[in-house]
Amino acid sequence: MEKRYIYADHAATTAVSDEVLQEMLPYFQQNFGNPSSIYAKGRENERAILDARARVAACLNADPKEIFFTAGGSESDNWAIKGVADKLAQKGKKHIITSVFEHHAVLHTCEFLEKHGFEVTYLPVSPAGLVSPADVEAAIRPDTALVSIMYANNEIGTIQPIPEIGAICRKHGVLFHTDAVQAVGNVEIDVKAQNIDLLSLSGHKFHAPKGIGALYVRKGISLPNLIHGGGQESGKRAGTENVPGIMGLAKAIELATENIPAKIAKLTPLRNQLIDGILKIDQTKLNGDREKRLAGNVNISIVGIEGESLLLMLDHYGIQASSGSACTSGSLDPSHVLLSLGLVHEVAHGSLRLSFGKEFTQQDVDYILEVIPQVVDRLRAMSPMWETLTKENRKLV
Amino acid sequence: MNYSEKVMDHFTNPRNVGEIENADGIGEVGNAKCGDIMKMYLKIDGDVITDVKFKTFGCGAAVATSSMATEMIKGKTINEALQLTNKAVMEALDGLPPVKVHCSVLAEQAVKAALTDYYKKQGVDPEPIVGIIPDCEDCHE
Repeated sequence: MEKRYIYADHAATTAVSDEVLQEMLPYFQQNFGNPSSIYAKGRENERAILDARARVAACLNADPKEIFFTAGGSESDNWAIKGVADKLAQKGKKHIITSVFEHHAVLHTCEFLEKHGFEVTYLPVSPAGLVSPADVEAAIRPDTALVSIMYANNEIGTIQPIPEIGAICRKHGVLFHTDAVQAVGNVEIDVKAQNIDLLSLSGHKFHAPKGIGALYVRKGISLPNLIHGGGQESGKRAGTENVPGIMGLAKAIELATENIPAKIAKLTPLRNQLIDGILKIDQTKLNGDREKRLAGNVNISIVGIEGESLLLMLDHYGIQASSGSACTSGSLDPSHVLLSLGLVHEVAHGSLRLSFGKEFTQQDVDYILEVIPQVVDRLRAMSPMWETLTKENRKLV
Repeated sequence: MNYSEKVMDHFTNPRNVGEIENADGIGEVGNAKCGDIMKMYLKIDGDVITDVKFKTFGCGAAVATSSMATEMIKGKTINEALQLTNKAVMEALDGLPPVKVHCSVLAEQAVKAALTDYYKKQGVDPEPIVGIIPDCEDCHE
C-alpha cells in the first residue's frame, strides 16, 4: 500500500487556494494604500473594498450595505448575539433561544449574557443531530430577542432546517441569527428567501485566509458598534481594513458558491462510500443524520478505541482528521455535540471526523478505507475496554 | 505543547503490548468514561519482575506512558518497581504536555495495582507495602 497524504480536516481549516492568493497579492505591496486616504492609492482600495462587499453580498443574495467584514466566525457570532441582546434589552427583551450543540463562539457568548441578566433557552437536538422548528416556535416568548441556530454543525455536519426556522422567527417578529461558518460553499444560502436576519461566516473554511470573515446584518437592524474609532464598516467596526483579506474573501466566496450542486453531486457518493465502508467495522455508529448532512462530512464513533490514538495512528499513515474525544477537546469530557446526541462518554471518546473538499477523490476514499480497519484492529488489540466488551459479548452501539 | 519524539516512538511502537497467561499480578486502573484504561500483567519470580505486559485504551500519552513504565520495571525487583514514580516515567519520555500528566500518574498506578493484586494472591495485605491507589477521578484533579 503506497502512502498517501490526505487532508481530511476541511471543517477545521483549508489552504488558501491559488486563485485566492493571486487575488490578494497585489494588495500587500503595490496596492497597499489605506482605503481612508484621499489620494489615488487610497481611493482605489476604497473602491476595491466596495466591490468586494458587493461580491460577497451577491453570493448570499444580500445587499452590499448588509455585509460587515470581521476577523472571522467567532467575532461575527459574538457581535451578532451581544449586539442584538444589547439593543433589544432596552425594549425589555432579554430572552435568547439557541441549541445545545452550537459552536462555543455562540454557547459561551450566551453563557456570558446569562451572567448579565439574560435568560437563554438551549433547545435539545434529536439523536440524528437536528433542531426541531416546532421546538423553536414553542420556545418563543413575548420577551424573546433572538433565535440563534447554526446552519450546519461543525462536528457532525448535520444541516439544520434553517428556512423553516427563519419563517417561524419572521412570523413571530423575532430576530434570527445563524452561524453559517460550516455551510457557506456547501449549502445554497439565500438570506432573503430563508428569512435570515444575521449570518456569520468565516473565510478560512473555504480557501480564504485565516483572520477574515463577515457578518450579514439585514437592513433595518442596527447593531451597536463593535469597535469604536474611525468610520470603517459604517463606523461599526473601526480599524483600518484588512484589504488583502477582504479581497481574498470575496474571491473565495465566489469560487465556493459558483457551483454548489456540482460539488454536492461529486462529494455525496464519496462520502456515502466512506460511511458504508467504515460502518462495516463491528461496533461503529454514524453520528448525525445520513441524508441531512454536509456532502463533505463523515463522523463515526468506533467503540473500544480512543480518538486521539486513532488520529495519531491515521497521521502516521498520512491521513489528517479530527475527533471529539476528551483528549482532543482539551477537557475531561468528550465533545458537547456528541453528548447532545445522547452518546455515552465511552462511545463519544472514540469518534472520528473526516471532512473534505471538492478535490477529494475516489483514490482517497479507497486509501482511507484500507487504512482505517487496520488501525482500528491494532488499537482494539491493545484495548482493555475492547477486551472486556468482547469477553462479555456486550455491544455499546 | 506537543508530544516528544520519545512519546511518539512509544506510541507508534509500544513495547510489551499484550497479556500474560497465569500472570502473578494483574492491575487495571482508569475507566472508559474518563477515556483511559490501563491494564498491566506481571510475572514475578522470587522478588524479580521477569515479565510484564500491558493493554491500554486511551490517548497517545496513555499508550506511551504505559509502554515506558513496562520497560522501566522489567527485570527489576518489586521494591524497585514500587519506587517508580510518574515523574520518572515522564522524564524518561522527555516530558509530557501539562494536560497529559495524569496519564503518567495512571501508569504509576497501573504498576502498583498489579503489585497489589500480586500480594493479595500471596495472601499478604498489600496496603502497608503498596499503599492505597486513589480513584481515577482524583488523578484528574
